[in-house]
Amino acid sequence: MFENIRRSLQGILSHKIRSFLTMLGIIIGIAAIIAIVSTIEGTREQIKNNLIGAGNNTVRIQLMQGDWPYEFGYNPAPENVRMISPAYKQRITDLKEVERCTLYRQRNDPNEGIFYMNTRIQSATLLGIDEDYLETVGLVIAEGVAFSEKQYQDFSKVALIDSTVERGFFNGENPVGKTIDIGSEPFTIIGVVAKRSAFEPTINSVEDYYTYNQSSGGQIFIPTDTWGICFRYDEPQHCIVKAVDTDSMTQAGKKSADILNENIRKTDLGRQEPEEDAGMDLGQAAVEYKSESLLEQAKAMQDLSKSTNNMLIWIASISLLVGGIGVMNIMLVSVTERTREIGLKKALGARKRRILRQFLTEAVVLTSIGGLIGVLFGIGLSQFIANLAEVPVSISSQAIVISVVFSMAVGIVFGLLPSIKAANLNPIDALRYE
Amino acid sequence: MVFELKSIYKDYMQGKEAVPVLKDITMSVDEGEYVAIMGPSGSGKSTLMNIIGCLDKQTKGDFIFDGADIMGCNDKELSEIRNDKIGFVFQNFNLLPRQSALENVELPLLYAGVSKKERRERATEALRRVGLEDRMLFKPTQLSGGQKQRVAIARAIVNHPRLLLADEPTGALDTKSGDQVMELFKELNDEGVTIVMITHEPDIAKCAKRVMYIRDGQLHTGAFNTREAAAQTAPDAEQAQTPESAVPAEVMEPAEPAEDTGKPDAEIVEVSAEELVAVSDEELFAAKQDKLQQEEASEA
Repeated sequence: MFENIRRSLQGILSHKIRSFLTMLGIIIGIAAIIAIVSTIEGTREQIKNNLIGAGNNTVRIQLMQGDWPYEFGYNPAPENVRMISPAYKQRITDLKEVERCTLYRQRNDPNEGIFYMNTRIQSATLLGIDEDYLETVGLVIAEGVAFSEKQYQDFSKVALIDSTVERGFFNGENPVGKTIDIGSEPFTIIGVVAKRSAFEPTINSVEDYYTYNQSSGGQIFIPTDTWGICFRYDEPQHCIVKAVDTDSMTQAGKKSADILNENIRKTDLGRQEPEEDAGMDLGQAAVEYKSESLLEQAKAMQDLSKSTNNMLIWIASISLLVGGIGVMNIMLVSVTERTREIGLKKALGARKRRILRQFLTEAVVLTSIGGLIGVLFGIGLSQFIANLAEVPVSISSQAIVISVVFSMAVGIVFGLLPSIKAANLNPIDALRYE
Repeated sequence: MVFELKSIYKDYMQGKEAVPVLKDITMSVDEGEYVAIMGPSGSGKSTLMNIIGCLDKQTKGDFIFDGADIMGCNDKELSEIRNDKIGFVFQNFNLLPRQSALENVELPLLYAGVSKKERRERATEALRRVGLEDRMLFKPTQLSGGQKQRVAIARAIVNHPRLLLADEPTGALDTKSGDQVMELFKELNDEGVTIVMITHEPDIAKCAKRVMYIRDGQLHTGAFNTREAAAQTAPDAEQAQTPESAVPAEVMEPAEPAEDTGKPDAEIVEVSAEELVAVSDEELFAAKQDKLQQEEASEA
């Protein structure tokens, strides 16, 4: 086998120009496919990162009314939704797809207002968070400290702010130790949080902005147990789970939502039979927990870009086909040229199989080298496209392996006919051939 | 017995018509023999060689090679017989141009599945036997014609075949290299190698111990017309130099009575090989002397 490969390489090197021209079809075909796949992959990666954040794998499970998050600021807490008990949280954490789970309460820009030194902190989101929140969503303390266990137990009026609020309202002063008013209650800022990995969605259009930018305002965090002090009553929590990996996100979200929805059905849904009537009367849809399906959104958008680009791959494949025919042609010439050699080998006792293997190896070596050059060329081409068109590219090792294997397959398929022809040559005719 | 042909017929299809090439050939070759098969072009000697070499199959008749009925063998078995039991020497050497002498000689061993180390040893030994141990790593393009043919002979004997089958082994060589090759054949035969050689040159055929003459697809055991041999080796310098005389007219058309023959039946005279050699040796010597003188003259 190695002997055959060595001889093939020798043969290819002894006809450099011819071999190169033969490979050219394969090189162009593979390069085009690599470039296209890299561009597609790059776009897909970008979409995915934009939607779900690079590497965080968190899924938000919110209490939804129809398609919108339930707004506690304008509506009373729905009667049939109870608080989520620690037992439920434990059940969610125990799911095999879930690494961590946190429960939180949330109001966007609460009516009661958040003030610092008589200035209203506009369009900030207030979150009542439990001990797991920061770790789950990937926030770290940049300044000051996090909530202590004692502060949770004592209903301490302490708060954390994010860098947006810090930048917007503290003008370079250290916010730690300052007091803000939330619903007329004074809270002491004890820390500033920041994202662990600074990831910003790539936003190229207005659509992108609405798709990716869920909260442009700042965030202020208080202990979840302190929530009632500001808003008079505890509100049912939302939930965020961190999946073990990106592929488990959808499952983790759905299973967690199912567990949370048990909490609703157990109390009221069974008895509240004419649910739709009630909904119609109040102009409201049923309230339930839904996991945001960012991964599915991402997939839908990826599929869209994929289907347009699949067509390009097919077109590139045609050049591979043409390249394959070129290989077949040159192999047929090579067989004719070496008729005497084949005749001699047969006279010396080489069997059909050996002759077949010899020529097949040569075809496969030829196309594999073409494939490898094509891959290198394709990588260069995708980098060039990336620089020129400013689209992201992602060169997947999978695409490279598939390309090389595919070019080998082209060698086998298109080398087979010439090889069979060589193997079936009659030794007498072959020896007599001039 | 190395091989035996019994009433072999071979037809070639020319369009729809079957053209007989070999007609009722019967012969056998024993261990250690040195046989020359002579005949003009078109006589069917190449076809006969292809059959003996297991490259082709007869239309009718039995061919037993080393106990095996060749007619019943498939492609795989024929390959094995060719590889294992027959060593081929061709007119134009048929060496692989890009491989060294050593690699060329190793080829039959490679097909026989011999390990790399043993291949190298045996090929080296075979090349030593033909006196080319100092040219082992040369490519065929770096070798002279005589050396190439000796590489080919090394390749033919490397498997210790039952039969060395040579097709016009001196056809592409000058006289000196040709004589060396014939000398090598004689030595190999003395060592016990069975040789069958196909040629149209009578003085080459004479090196064999037994000569067979094939004409129009029929074999005439053991002899050809001694007078014809004498006539063609006669010191007729001009005739010997012309290309047509490579196959002398007398040999081409032996049915035509030679001008000096007294016998009406000039076709076949049965003589033993020894007798043949005895009769023509003086003539041969004379012819060679003449040729040498000519060469000297032309050089001067």
